[in-house]
Amino acid sequence: MVLRTTWHNIRRSPYQAFTAVFIILQTFFVVSVFAFVVFGSTKIIEYFESLPQIDVFFRNEARKDEINTLKTQLMKSGKIANIRFVSKEEALKIYQEQNKDDPLLLELVTADILPASFHISAVNINDLSAVADSLNKSPIVERVVFPKQVVSKLIEWTDALRKVGLVLVIVLGLDSVLIMIIIIGIKVSHKRQDIEIMRLIGATNWYIRWPFILEGILYGALGGVLGWGVAVGVLWYTTPYLSSFLRDIPVFPIPSIFILQALGVEILLAVVLGATSSFLAVIRYLK
Amino acid sequence: MIRLDKVSKKFPTGVFALSDISLNVEKGEFVFLVGPTGSGKTTIFRLLIRDLLPSAGSIFVNDFDVVKLPHHKIPILRKKIGFVFQDLKLLMDRTIFENIILSCEIANMQKQEAEKKTGEVLEKVGIADHKDKFPIQLSGGELQRAALARSLVLSPEVILADEPTGNLDLATSWAIVNQLCEINKKGTTIVMVTHNVEIVKKLSKRVIGLDKGRLVRDESPSSVGRRTSEDQVKK
Repeated sequence: MVLRTTWHNIRRSPYQAFTAVFIILQTFFVVSVFAFVVFGSTKIIEYFESLPQIDVFFRNEARKDEINTLKTQLMKSGKIANIRFVSKEEALKIYQEQNKDDPLLLELVTADILPASFHISAVNINDLSAVADSLNKSPIVERVVFPKQVVSKLIEWTDALRKVGLVLVIVLGLDSVLIMIIIIGIKVSHKRQDIEIMRLIGATNWYIRWPFILEGILYGALGGVLGWGVAVGVLWYTTPYLSSFLRDIPVFPIPSIFILQALGVEILLAVVLGATSSFLAVIRYLK
Repeated sequence: MIRLDKVSKKFPTGVFALSDISLNVEKGEFVFLVGPTGSGKTTIFRLLIRDLLPSAGSIFVNDFDVVKLPHHKIPILRKKIGFVFQDLKLLMDRTIFENIILSCEIANMQKQEAEKKTGEVLEKVGIADHKDKFPIQLSGGELQRAALARSLVLSPEVILADEPTGNLDLATSWAIVNQLCEINKKGTTIVMVTHNVEIVKKLSKRVIGLDKGRLVRDESPSSVGRRTSEDQVKK
């Protein structure tokens, strides 16, 4: 009966129902996009953090034993997680791989002009500055490339993005609640006479409230699923472009389990949002 | 069954709708409540179902102390009383069947039983053929029967009928009243508001008269019958 009354209410005012679903769709589209962005940015940061954090290029005159001594000293400091030595020959191979489509560049370069290097990962990212400083003082070191600033900039941007996303989700969530309260409130007002009759023949407050609350839950669930669906559609459409843009960074494909978990959480949130809004509306308008 | 003790009702506008009314209606009685417009008849009905609270006095319906009834028990009281409203109060966007079964659903009756009872009362009041029609498709008399059917469906011990024959032709009015009499014969207490003098006279039932919120007449069935006979002799 409650379901029948709810369906009846929805059919009687399809434009209001459409508006309610549409506003929740927008909110949960943004929630879904936000979830995907958070997932992607976390993966990007993880990728950059997993890269060697300091690249040390040696002078041409640096001898193998001097390089080995430096490696031993660094490992003894306890601050270094891993050191990978890249010889001149390996450097040439990497160069050749990166520029295989440009024969002119390949012809100009030999192993002699490429420096040998260390790719160093620190145990703690905060020790990077100290390690970089000590390496700069070494007479066999030509140059130290220290990409800490890249990672911290990335973290800064990601944090800002998350904050903006969170504010956007909260603002849209509040918009949805307010619009839903107004829509359900209008429906309650339209049904005022029927509600009065039901009360006079013995209906309890909950008997009257349930169809409206269920209506809010249905709008919420439908809007949540559609918002998620649109966001997944956009993600699916843009995946090839984003994949080629991000190249080696392993963000795509976003795991199905994450997408389904997002759906589950969003349905739950949407149902709570719909139920809360309609409950507030019936409390406000059924006084 | 129904008891009002020194009941007064003053509206916020300052108008006294009822002044110091005391009356008893016993189980199984058929009582006409008569009086001019604004005399307080409908106010008494609204007090009996706790749609209004009195300014003074106490009201009892069955075992319910209506004035002291906690808010959450009002629906229980209302389910025990069959009410035929003056303006019928049918839901216009539901069929007659849906209007009547609504009372059963509100009373948490099982679906099958509710459908069976609804079918029975529709049959009883003679509008079973119209069960799938909407109120707007029915005549005044049929609508009155639908309202009566809704008041009957939960088999209440008391029926309050507020002008159930208002705006109906005489034949239809009699049909409605005869149905109420049939129900009364089975033990249901009936209090009926009416302006129809002919019906009041012919039925020889107890008559309670109100005027300007005061009780001005409470005649037993025998005295009503005697007066009617005297009127006929005078004619």
